[in-house]
Amino acid sequence: MKALVAMSGGVDSSVAAALMLDQGYDVIGVTLKQWEGENGEMPLAGCCTVSDSEDARRVAAQLDVPYYVLDYVDEFTEKVVDHFGEMYAAGKTPNPCIECNRRVRFNVLLERTAALGCDVLVTGHHARIRHDDAGYHLIRAVDGTKDQSYVLHMLSQQDLTRVRLPVGEMTKTKVREYAAQMGLRTAAKPDSQDLCFVTEGSYRDFIRSRFPEAARPGPLVSSDGSVIAQHEGMVNFTIGQRRGLGVALGERRYVVDIEPTTSTVVLGTREELLAAGCIVEDVSFIAGGPPASAAISVKIRYRSEPVAATLTEASGGSWQVRFDQPQLAVAPGQAAVFYNDNEVLGGGTISGAMR
Amino acid sequence: MLYLDHAATTQVRPETRAAMAPYLDDACGNPSGIHAVSRRAKNALEEAREKAAALLGARHPLEIVFTGGGTEADNLAVVGSALAEGRRGGVVITAVEHDAVIESASFVEMLGCQVERIGVDENGRIDVSAVAEAVDSKTAVVSVMTANNETGVLFPVGEIAAAVRETAPTTLVHTDAVQAFVSEPITVADTGADMISLAAHKFGGPKGVGLLYVPREIKLEPVVHGGGQELGRRSGTHNVASIVGMVAAMEATVLGRAEMRARVGGARDIFESSLREAIPDLQITGEDGPRLVQHSHVRILGVPAETLLIRLDQAGLAAAAGSACSSGAIEVSHVLAAMGMTEAAAGECVRFSFGWPTETGDGAAAAQLVASTVAGLR
Repeated sequence: MKALVAMSGGVDSSVAAALMLDQGYDVIGVTLKQWEGENGEMPLAGCCTVSDSEDARRVAAQLDVPYYVLDYVDEFTEKVVDHFGEMYAAGKTPNPCIECNRRVRFNVLLERTAALGCDVLVTGHHARIRHDDAGYHLIRAVDGTKDQSYVLHMLSQQDLTRVRLPVGEMTKTKVREYAAQMGLRTAAKPDSQDLCFVTEGSYRDFIRSRFPEAARPGPLVSSDGSVIAQHEGMVNFTIGQRRGLGVALGERRYVVDIEPTTSTVVLGTREELLAAGCIVEDVSFIAGGPPASAAISVKIRYRSEPVAATLTEASGGSWQVRFDQPQLAVAPGQAAVFYNDNEVLGGGTISGAMR
Repeated sequence: MLYLDHAATTQVRPETRAAMAPYLDDACGNPSGIHAVSRRAKNALEEAREKAAALLGARHPLEIVFTGGGTEADNLAVVGSALAEGRRGGVVITAVEHDAVIESASFVEMLGCQVERIGVDENGRIDVSAVAEAVDSKTAVVSVMTANNETGVLFPVGEIAAAVRETAPTTLVHTDAVQAFVSEPITVADTGADMISLAAHKFGGPKGVGLLYVPREIKLEPVVHGGGQELGRRSGTHNVASIVGMVAAMEATVLGRAEMRARVGGARDIFESSLREAIPDLQITGEDGPRLVQHSHVRILGVPAETLLIRLDQAGLAAAAGSACSSGAIEVSHVLAAMGMTEAAAGECVRFSFGWPTETGDGAAAAQLVASTVAGLR
């Protein structure tokens, strides 16, 4: 059996490759080159960068497995980076890592898995896959603090037959211990936080220079419609934001809405930030169809715990999620992922909040 | 491993290794020193220079400037002649030159030199008159490679040199013979060029050493500044062992060239005919015109080069796509783009390059391996 291991240069995918060898697989390591500087080099900082790919290459050499860098810059630019800019221009807060998984990464890697004669695709994500008579299930990682099942909610039954997530069965501490035991150079490497295509400065600077239409100035208004000030660009604001609003108000104010057609940013109170639910588009379900029970829990951003909600189908293929308790800062563009306890049921992209 | 990437680099010849050994050991002297160890190194250096000059048909040993490789030789030729004596001379190159020439031209363009880039036809060939027409009295240098490193297509450098001299007698003609020297008769007379670049590692010498043939009366602005070695044209302590090794490899190359051409060309021809039998719609770049005997640049319809190369690597055959970035990812080749190939078509092109260690049976063995791999992918 042969495994294609997507190696980012981090400790998790390094250990994933080593674990597959332990399981008796032949391993091929690959890094997707998704973004490049002006002269075609890999970016210098962030995820999937030149130093990361060099780490992946060195780990592959240490494990004595072949390693290749595959060029997906054009596809990534078109389907992830441009989309990222378009979402900001539409006043939304996209999650490019999820868009990458949905639109590029898994499609490309699974296609490569077959083309290169491999049986399974392995990544270093912290999540678990289980199989029973009902099919394949995606389960939260053993290490709840590192769980990445949220970013994998778009995987299908067909995908899961061929994907393996060996480090999801281990705590991060165990992963690092194992890497240290093996003497892997990535054992103590810090977790990556950055976007792979923002090489320097903040992502807001990146958007301003690459997608000026997403940085249009406009009015900053209070929820009663009165204009407070002019802001320097929509890109500077995210739903729920409290700091850096550029105005001093007597009481706490949050960004409660962004209206892209007029570049209007609406400030309101904490109460006005609460949403009763959200509308979710581009929904997919791991099992292929919706769950039998409408009672689910939902995770509306990467760094938050799932909350109880009711899932119902709305018109036009979108779904409505009504929270049991109102939730703060529902940001259109972010993913809403549906869970039943530890199992991922599916998810999609939030298109709007329900008040 | 069946190694068919000799155009990228090839193994060191036994003659090279033997010639180098003393200068890595007790004969390690810096040729610029006063003592016996230095004298021995200096003597070896100048003997190597004389031999290189003779092998290239130069008039004088000091027409050989040792460099840190082919890229540096190309930089010295293009940048050095464009900027000579404080001028901003014009540069004419082809669109399919090696990056060493293309980027050198872009560099002097940034400094105010006029640069003309001549295109090629769909077979990768160049129109001699187009080069001559691009030249005027302000053109300092014309740089046309002897053979293209990706496709192996040979350029009529002699004809181009004659046409350039007719238009602009003071314009220098440089040829990058890095890819060609191993199999083509490269001498001053054969190429008709004023300057010739060679890289040792392409013909069985060590990496990191090369030379530029350049007559002493040609004025060059140095690109590496320092202690004034090589008549001030290339500073830096002489890499004596590598220089001696390179010249030993040159000698072995020149003496063995006829035999190598027959053996390697034969293997290449069997490779192509067998592969075409298995893959009737195989496209061979430049097959109807003069090209290097060791190159086989092919397009296999419907099979992405990246997939094929990884599959071949797994199966024990090393080959290459035209162009790779520092990470090893395959890039769109500027050579194929200049030939008018679409990105999709260029993405199906693979270069198999045979070399001096190639054995007669390698062609058939490689064809069989490629054919069976392609059959599994199509």
